Amino acid sequence: MQIVDNLSAALLNLSLLGYGIGAVAGLLFLRARRFANLFTFGCASLAALCGVVSCVVSLATGAAAANQSFELLPSLIPYLRFTARLDPLGAFFGVVVSLLALALSIYSLGYAHGFFGRKNVGVLGALFNMLLLATTLVCLADNAFFFLIAWEVMALTAFCLVSFEHEDTETRKAGVLYFVMSHIGTGCLIVAFLLLFQASGDYGFGSFHSAAATMSAGERNLTFILFLIGFGVKAGIVPLHIWLPAAHPVAPSNVSALMSGVLIKTGIYGMTRVFFDFLGTPPMWWGVTVLAIGTVSAVLGVLYALMEHDLKRLLAYHSIENIGIILMGLGAALMFLNTQHPLLAGLALIAGLFHTLNHAVFKGLLFLGAGAVLHATHTRNMEELGGLIKRMPATALFFLIGAVAISALPPLNGFVSEWLTYQSMLQGFNATTSLARLMFPLSGALLALTGALAAACFVKAFGITFLAQPRSDHARQACEASPTMLVGMGLLTAACIFLGLFPTTFLTLLDPLTHQLAGVELSRQLTTANGLVLGGLDPQAGTVSTLGIVLIATCMLVIPLALWLALGRRCATRIGPTWDCGLQGLTPQMQYSATGFSKPLRMIFRGLFRPHRAVQTEYEFSRYFARTIRFESHVEETFEKRLYRPIQRTIQRLSHRMRAMQAGSLQAYLIYIFLTLVLLLLFAL
Amino acid sequence: MKLDIIGLLVQTALLLLLAPLVTGLIRNWKAKLQNRRGPRVWQPYFDLVKCLRKDMVISEHASWIFSATPYVLFTTAVLAGLMVPMLNTHAPLSLFGGALALVGLLALGRFFLALAGLDPASAFGGMGSSREMTLSAIAEPALMLSIFTVAITAGSTNLSHIVQSVEGTTWKLLNPAHGLALAALFIVLLAETGRIPVDNPATHLELTMIHEAMVLEFSGRHLAFIEWSASLKQLVLMTLLVNIFFPIGLALEWSPAALAIALAVFVLKLLLLSAAVVLVETTNAKLRLFRVPDLLSAAFVLAALALLSMFVFKPS
Repeated sequence: MQIVDNLSAALLNLSLLGYGIGAVAGLLFLRARRFANLFTFGCASLAALCGVVSCVVSLATGAAAANQSFELLPSLIPYLRFTARLDPLGAFFGVVVSLLALALSIYSLGYAHGFFGRKNVGVLGALFNMLLLATTLVCLADNAFFFLIAWEVMALTAFCLVSFEHEDTETRKAGVLYFVMSHIGTGCLIVAFLLLFQASGDYGFGSFHSAAATMSAGERNLTFILFLIGFGVKAGIVPLHIWLPAAHPVAPSNVSALMSGVLIKTGIYGMTRVFFDFLGTPPMWWGVTVLAIGTVSAVLGVLYALMEHDLKRLLAYHSIENIGIILMGLGAALMFLNTQHPLLAGLALIAGLFHTLNHAVFKGLLFLGAGAVLHATHTRNMEELGGLIKRMPATALFFLIGAVAISALPPLNGFVSEWLTYQSMLQGFNATTSLARLMFPLSGALLALTGALAAACFVKAFGITFLAQPRSDHARQACEASPTMLVGMGLLTAACIFLGLFPTTFLTLLDPLTHQLAGVELSRQLTTANGLVLGGLDPQAGTVSTLGIVLIATCMLVIPLALWLALGRRCATRIGPTWDCGLQGLTPQMQYSATGFSKPLRMIFRGLFRPHRAVQTEYEFSRYFARTIRFESHVEETFEKRLYRPIQRTIQRLSHRMRAMQAGSLQAYLIYIFLTLVLLLLFAL
Repeated sequence: MKLDIIGLLVQTALLLLLAPLVTGLIRNWKAKLQNRRGPRVWQPYFDLVKCLRKDMVISEHASWIFSATPYVLFTTAVLAGLMVPMLNTHAPLSLFGGALALVGLLALGRFFLALAGLDPASAFGGMGSSREMTLSAIAEPALMLSIFTVAITAGSTNLSHIVQSVEGTTWKLLNPAHGLALAALFIVLLAETGRIPVDNPATHLELTMIHEAMVLEFSGRHLAFIEWSASLKQLVLMTLLVNIFFPIGLALEWSPAALAIALAVFVLKLLLLSAAVVLVETTNAKLRLFRVPDLLSAAFVLAALALLSMFVFKPS
């Protein structure tokens, strides 16, 4: 055992070292782009592999629970200690980060070729490694100072990566928006950590654990709200989400995948760490708030996603939706902790955290697929795509599997984690008596709405992008992604299928985690029939086996086969044109467009979207035979317009007033300084 | 285990054989109510066999998704059917999934069908897919909420357990929650099976069709499986409705007599439900597409009321 523990710790250090070397090497080999590409992303893949093995081993052997904190770097300044600790929660998020990092690094080896000659790949590789290093350290940090430093480095490298193609105005704007929002969040976090420090007298996470007992209810509530905002910005909850659909699409695709898959999960990590580990037994309204925010984020995220026809923006909105689903699990878990139902809390927590991993895997996969499409066609606009399944068959297959998984359809992993969420909600209704329990089934129903809308959205995303006729020359001339890109996507596809078909093997890894946070171990209770069937706590409450479904479905294919043998063996199959209503052949313009596909939903939810459209026709003798038609349609960005614009205006007005004070006269400034000093002295007396 | 396999085979056969009959019956009765003679009750069987023997034409733009869809649709419909208790109180696949898996499987089939609608590059297919996904998205919360109402009463999402607990001592037909949930589920049934206030199964008029628009390019063997799957899905949803709300006459053991009674009662229940569907279809006009969400939100409100009444009447 000792050897395994040491090995796992060594691998962890090796992984951090690998990212570090990659980051430095990228900056050293700025000129040698091929070498920089191979070396930086190679380093990142090996480091990520070490990270996955180390975290999985320490979860599987249960070593994570006993891990002590250690000094990562010697401390030079008082209070600033670089202590790290791989506890079960950190190790779980370490798995999420490293698993995705592994696939992304392999993918990047091929994807970065697209930047040769345009941008410096060395810088990209260095920043990529830096971001991975910082993200891993966020999950490992064991004191508030170190955590905040890692958090800031992560935010800043992410800002650099978002602005990587800064020649574009849209990109620059998105970068600045991300920068501002991210620092609003960090500001809240700093205040919240100071509140915790006040209660515990130390910056170590270990001391925070018992701090809640000494805090007054008001302080605890304030800390909760500050953390919720601080981590909520990073996670992208509604209404703090506006940076997410702006920033994720403009980054290079491998970075978008990293941001959507991993970076926003650090927000979830922070919430889980703080709400379950630091702040003690939560009051009811915390859970209710988190559940409500989760539900609203899920529904609004998917509705806005439906209105997008930019492939990467669409995926970014889906991240908001999935963060919502994760928060539904966490919120329910908080409510169960309040009502003293540790088993149910464990179940809801597992549902939320399992969805965290699943979302990282399938969203990473989808972003990589979108990246491959962008690489091949140089456009993210779905209205210019189409027919790619013939030209990029492997990418299409991978994207399809990701789409099925994210739409929560059986038998893949998205279905399993949403199934667990439903189970915890339904059992929660019978376990509690307060009026708040009505929230469970209603949230469940809205989760069903979310799932069905997500399916509609991915029919659109996959159908318009990959099926039917190509809508532009770019799409017509596309060719398949390079082998390393396919390997990266294939890895995540395999993970989707594995997590979908064998969820119970994975659940045992979560035992130390639920033990740490809710005091229960559930993997035994959640599996029946030798681990082939997943059950909700009590086998009576419902069981599901995705593997069984797949096996029986395969057997059912005997029926069509038998009927073909009996009746249709001599039938011929002809390839013919699609019925064109007697016109002279179908043109790509006659197909349904992405905008057209989502039109019914735009009409139904017009109260939310406030769609605006303008049509201009030029014609000679009759309106019905137009020469040119210009069509423009967009939906209102409600949150930007109604919430952020007024705030922005107020700030600008105030700063205009402030300008009167700042007139450039040195004497005036000296007076200000003098008055401030006097005031402070008075205050000190 | 042995019984399970026999049960599995029996229920599969029953599903496959009964599904076209229900479709034929509804068509025939509808024609009778409209003073037409109508096709024979057995006509769907003949159609199936005819389609299975025909050559196929596949669009030049279509990909493998188009050819795979009929089989995906077919297997998901059958699997969903095997999760619902039909003749006895134990569904063959109840270990592998309950109400949630059933909804998921039907959604998987729909996902592929909508993709297949877009695949041949025709305008009709895309229109059908868009409408189908929209309406099903709006129907989904009502469907889930009415299933939740029953699932919460039984404390389980497993349909066999639901049926067993409802059939046991706590069975109350006049439970207001169940009545409301039943009404909601009936509306969802009409929407999901493409019945008249929502979709017209008998028309190929391009402006109104939903389901038919998606399957326009299918022919031969593929068409046979698509049509069969549509009937199967209808049968599955009808079975779900009659057996979880009226679990009368389900066999408790595997004896021929009990099964015969169960089959007779089951067919009787199906006939009654079909008659209700026919009545609704003949006495209503098809709704405008953008009026359908109102109908479906009425279903959602009914289901929400069902839930609320559970909270009010059963303070545990």
